[in-house]
Amino acid sequence: MPCPGGTARDVKSSQQRENQNSRKTDEQPAEPLASGTWISRSPAQTVELGTKTGRSLAKGDVVALYGELGSGKTTFVKGLAAGLGAEREEGVRSPTFVLLNLYKGRLPVYHIDLYRVHSLERLRDMGYEDYAFGEGVTVIEWAERAEEALPERTMRVWFRSVGKRSREIRIQVPAGKGGIER
Amino acid sequence: MLCLGIETSCDETAAAVVRDGREILSNIIATQLDLHAEYGGVVPELACRRHAQLIDRIVEKALKEGGVSLKDVGLVSVVQGPGLIGALLIGVNFAKGLAWSRGLPLVPTNHVEAHVYSCFMSNPQMELPAIGLVASGGHTSLFIMENVGRYRKLGETTDDAVGESFDKVASLLGLPYMGGPHVEKLALKGDANAIPFPRGLSKKKKSYDFSYSGLKTAVLYHVKGYGNKKRDPDKLSDQEKADVAASFQEAALEVLVQKSLRAAEQFRAKSIAVGGGVSANQRLRTLFAEGARNLALPVYFPERRLCTDNAAMVAGLGHWLYAQDPGSATYDFDARASMDFLR
Repeated sequence: MPCPGGTARDVKSSQQRENQNSRKTDEQPAEPLASGTWISRSPAQTVELGTKTGRSLAKGDVVALYGELGSGKTTFVKGLAAGLGAEREEGVRSPTFVLLNLYKGRLPVYHIDLYRVHSLERLRDMGYEDYAFGEGVTVIEWAERAEEALPERTMRVWFRSVGKRSREIRIQVPAGKGGIER
Repeated sequence: MLCLGIETSCDETAAAVVRDGREILSNIIATQLDLHAEYGGVVPELACRRHAQLIDRIVEKALKEGGVSLKDVGLVSVVQGPGLIGALLIGVNFAKGLAWSRGLPLVPTNHVEAHVYSCFMSNPQMELPAIGLVASGGHTSLFIMENVGRYRKLGETTDDAVGESFDKVASLLGLPYMGGPHVEKLALKGDANAIPFPRGLSKKKKSYDFSYSGLKTAVLYHVKGYGNKKRDPDKLSDQEKADVAASFQEAALEVLVQKSLRAAEQFRAKSIAVGGGVSANQRLRTLFAEGARNLALPVYFPERRLCTDNAAMVAGLGHWLYAQDPGSATYDFDARASMDFLR
């Protein structure tokens, strides 16, 4: 699995704090996000990084999440959905069994979980292609189970437990993203 | 009146014939059959294609086993959602075609609500209002049931569903895939007090929400360690694994029971109704029985064949909805991946 390099940064950077209050409601992606590695020291910080990621996303984007059980993927999606303006009452929950959850934000968020999906065919069964190439943002947990189905311009995020509450989160923003071309 | 129920929301292709919303004449679930032996040839793993290949034969078998023919059926009921859209479409379109061609009314139903209704089917004496709990792989919801069709949400999981946490713990302990029932079995040999796993959101006295993500992570740390204190889970002895299973199960189920009982007291419910796959767990049933004894509160569970996904509960609920309001029958509806029955 290719991983981006870069020095680990603390999630609570000053840049992060500045971005916290600005919330875009139109379809323009808000703050661009650079590839890099973050250390989150709590679930709240993981949510925060997810929020920042969510704000950087645009229609048709696919975000692939990798990492063991309990490494913070669903927690990250809570923030990501919030960053896309998803309503609070449509709480983000694990889609392990239902396979797909939909949240309505400034863009629809399709939250897919491939934990139980062991074949690409099964993924097509879910109507995955309708979502991933549609009007919204698609975020996929256990994305390694469908690596070959991911579009070229997928944003990839790796999660790793490095302490009881600490997580190393590496984000690889696809080439062409990052706010310049959009 | 006979109702034919059809369910294709996830992995199971199922059909059932139910008389007057309660009496189950047949209850066919495809995965319970030896498909290769019965039909010959390869049955694809792909749920959607498999549903399409099996649905007419499963329906035929449900009619045959129920000792009825299609002309005896007065109503068709089908799961509209939530579930896999590709899978749901097969059932919905099949049901529409069948009902339309025979001029039968068709009632769309909610899969999760059907799990609640299964409690009524098994316990006609149930008194209302009841506190309803749906505990399964995909759902953990607590609500007040004033009547079938009338629910008020109290709380639900904020992250993982309880059945999901059972399956993930099974995987951590090296038990077979989708191993919820294996955890229950292993827990019988373990000490439920061996490890003080966290009871998610149990201290929030006013909240009826649930959380299983923290419990899952606590089990993960116990089994595999964390940071530079990694452990090899294979080195756990059988007794240690059984203790993890028992302690986890206790933590997971205790919160369900505690919150259900508290809700029953607060809202003066006359009973508690538990549905969904986890309602088949024997330890859950025991904990409820112990907890409700002092309150003299009856707790009802579906019979076991109705705990997991099935079409009898769909036929039952469809009949009930139609009896309450014939306007609930329609051909004008679509399959829906997300669908909330709690209003």
